Amino acid sequence: MPRLRLFLPLAAFILLSLLLFKGLSLDPTSLPSALVGKPMPDFALEELHSSEVLSKQGIIGEPMLVNIWATWCYSCRVEHPYLLELAAQGVKIIGLNYKDDSVKAIAWLKDLGDPYALTLSDTEGMLGLDMGVYGAPETYVVDAEGVVRYRHVGVVDAQVWESQLAEWFRPFRNKGVVLP
Amino acid sequence: MNFCVSMMRWLPVVSLCLTVISANAVIETYEFSEPSLEARYHRLSDELRCPKCQNQTIADSNAPIAKDLRFLLHEQLQSGASDDEILSFMVDRYGEFVRYRPAMDSNTAVLWYGPLLLTLVTLGALGLHLRGRQAIKPALEPSEEEREVLRARLAVRDSNPERQP
Repeated sequence: MPRLRLFLPLAAFILLSLLLFKGLSLDPTSLPSALVGKPMPDFALEELHSSEVLSKQGIIGEPMLVNIWATWCYSCRVEHPYLLELAAQGVKIIGLNYKDDSVKAIAWLKDLGDPYALTLSDTEGMLGLDMGVYGAPETYVVDAEGVVRYRHVGVVDAQVWESQLAEWFRPFRNKGVVLP
Repeated sequence: MNFCVSMMRWLPVVSLCLTVISANAVIETYEFSEPSLEARYHRLSDELRCPKCQNQTIADSNAPIAKDLRFLLHEQLQSGASDDEILSFMVDRYGEFVRYRPAMDSNTAVLWYGPLLLTLVTLGALGLHLRGRQAIKPALEPSEEEREVLRARLAVRDSNPERQP
């Protein structure tokens, strides 16, 4: 028994090492979203191109991605080509142009392509605030009933889509929409 | 001389240490209809965490999101919202994370009781250790048999004066 006690420091060291090792793979900036499982907040925002004022009822009806982006956001440019790819495959993506200049935003979409079914212009960032957005890019999965199902902070790429987002769109395969 | 040179080398470092880092004070100012509202504003903005720049409160962060939250905080205080209403508004959007003093629930119980538990465990371990040491102590005293042997040896030495130093 006293011999076993000699190993206590080693055991404590191994435990601590495991804890710290786990810490290496955690992302301290990823926060649990308070909105998952709750309805997307209502809003009245202008569409970027048509300036038509839209509400939540006007955009829901099928599963979609709500992508928060801005021209000042470098990572948004990084994920943009992949969003175009997803849109081409039939995924409905709503853009939320967050705290941005509308003229710049329109030019950006014209130059790089427009993956968005429509783009809401949240110049003041107030819908963003209601959704708990704290940076761009962020991407939310909103289901057909308008309930937020998932939130991804950071760039959406093939790996993120496959492992976290695609499952919410699977039921639609039956309706002839081919997804990756 | 050498000493002076080495001191000179450290002078920039020392002077940097003495420089007061000017607090990154928040730029905008808000007007309050009542002084009590202003006091609550300062208290609440010091308790709400900035979601973007974690480990800063919204009072000392310059991030745009912190600015928005301060704006909302001011709006809500002016419109007569209670502290609880304001905090639950923030928690609804950013989760319990946004509070530096999160509410007690199963997720935050470790935060609230962890330190207390750790203190108790440490004190308990210390108590056990000290008791263990006390239990060992009598064993360090010579036993009756050992005393006999020692007495016998002393007697031998005393009866043999030549070997005394």
